[in-house]
Amino acid sequence: MAYSEKVIDHYNNPRNMGSFKKEEDGVGTGIVGAPECGDVMKLQIKVENDTIVDAKFKTFGCGSAIASSSLATEWLKGKTVEEAGKIKNTEIVQELNLPPVKIHCSVLAEDAIKSALNDYKKKAEESPKVESAASSS
Amino acid sequence: MKLPIYLDNHSTTPCDPRVVEAMLPYFTEKFGNSASRNHSFGWESEEGVDKARKQIAQLIHADPKEIVFTSGATESDNLSLKGVVEMYREKGDHIITSSTEHRAVIDTAKALEKKGVKVTYLDVGKDGMVNPEDVRNAITDKTILISIMLANNEIGTINPIAEIGKIAKENGIIFHCDATQGVGKIPVDVQELGVDLMAFSSHKIYGPKGIGALYVRRKGPRVRLEPMIHGGGHERGMRSGTLPVPLVVGFGKACELCEQEMASEAERLIKLRDRLEEGITKELEEVYLNGHRTERLPGNLNLSFAYVEGEALLMGVKEIALSSGSACTSATLEPSYVLRALGVGSDLAHSSIRFGLGRFNTAEEVEYTIDRMVKAVNHLRAMSPLYEMAKEGVDLKTVQWAAH
Ligand SMILES: Cc1ncc(COP(=O)(O)O)c(C=O)c1O
Ligand code: FES
Repeated sequence: MAYSEKVIDHYNNPRNMGSFKKEEDGVGTGIVGAPECGDVMKLQIKVENDTIVDAKFKTFGCGSAIASSSLATEWLKGKTVEEAGKIKNTEIVQELNLPPVKIHCSVLAEDAIKSALNDYKKKAEESPKVESAASSS
Repeated sequence: MKLPIYLDNHSTTPCDPRVVEAMLPYFTEKFGNSASRNHSFGWESEEGVDKARKQIAQLIHADPKEIVFTSGATESDNLSLKGVVEMYREKGDHIITSSTEHRAVIDTAKALEKKGVKVTYLDVGKDGMVNPEDVRNAITDKTILISIMLANNEIGTINPIAEIGKIAKENGIIFHCDATQGVGKIPVDVQELGVDLMAFSSHKIYGPKGIGALYVRRKGPRVRLEPMIHGGGHERGMRSGTLPVPLVVGFGKACELCEQEMASEAERLIKLRDRLEEGITKELEEVYLNGHRTERLPGNLNLSFAYVEGEALLMGVKEIALSSGSACTSATLEPSYVLRALGVGSDLAHSSIRFGLGRFNTAEEVEYTIDRMVKAVNHLRAMSPLYEMAKEGVDLKTVQWAAH
């Protein structure tokens, strides 16, 4: 299959590839997919004052899955938690010119965003003080 | 060295220039219908066909009269299975085959199942081999056909065909063998193997596409087939239609070349293949060989690269033509059924790459491939959450995945 220029670029030069420590304050982690399905996406956000200041990904999957998650990290940075929740897989499909058989790769990226946001929210609810303590240190 | 590099020789092979040269006159001056009995144009073409039939028969130690030309191995497999079932239906309605056969056999068997035929799909061992005793145990008094492939197209594993042939003979059952990947690359002798029907194809052995053959035994036993294509009664009535003489001639020449060069070529390919494996595994950990280590086609190397997905890996080595057992590369989004049949986990099936070395590959290309593969795998492992988890000591099998 022929890949779009943008997919190839993300593949060769992944943006924000890497990991945060899961326990770190303000970090939300989403892991979706399964090795048996041939795709696993880990997406992490770092939130300060309700804004995503940094994002990282690691992906096991095809080039389109890698590009979708790499693109997602770019889009997440600078967005508020609420804005981030509105990112749609169809926007990823459009930006990367994904063919129909690769739409599920973008769905996975949307799921990973949602999962990371939920994880962040859950952590913030469980220990709301820790975050403010950390941001003042 | 020229790019791109072709390392997908199980899929198809380029025509050898010597084959093309042999074919050329049969497109223009020698264009006669080989079935025309009344003029020199026909005789000339018939001569070309006769010679090719001899060359082909010689490669597999058969009689030229036992070669039936078809459009390729897919048609040969179809003709064998359907032709036997129709001809011998009164004797029984049971077929034995294996779960790693090419789809030309599996899907034909499935189509026959819809018509009431019972099919046993034998499991294979971890090395991809059919156990002859499993064949024996699957035989019933209704079994009319056993169909087991010589060498597998993904993992290159070579089945113990001669042993299965003996069992078939002891039980008086017709034995078909899909030898598409083996003929021309390893010695094949239809007497030694004890096969009654055998399918193979020209484009896998540096001949033209669009032609193949079915070996049909004439003595001990004489195998009869109900034809699928009716018409002028060509090919002993088993496959009507004017022969594509240029293709037949090319197929014959391709067989002759394979026979002449087989021993030295096999040795050369095994060296290249082993160097490819050694070069890759020296630089990378957790690379696993799929299939049998020794009972394997000379040019075959099927490896799983843990923690990276096959299609992504192919994308990283775009200038090398390879294939993967990953779901992402298949239309069905299912990983290779062959690897699954060996008990290779889905995760490693998604991570598999098939290298198919052939006549025109060089040592330089192999070195280039090693270097590119190592770089691409490292690039992807750095990006892989699975690799990271494994490095942290997480047992991936115990993780609760959010499967979708
Ligand atoms: C084992 C096996 N059988 C059958 C076939 C089909 O051959 P053909 O392309 O000549 O129809 C192939 C080729 O893909 C094969 O590898
Ligand atoms: S991860 Fe399988 S198609 Fe994208």
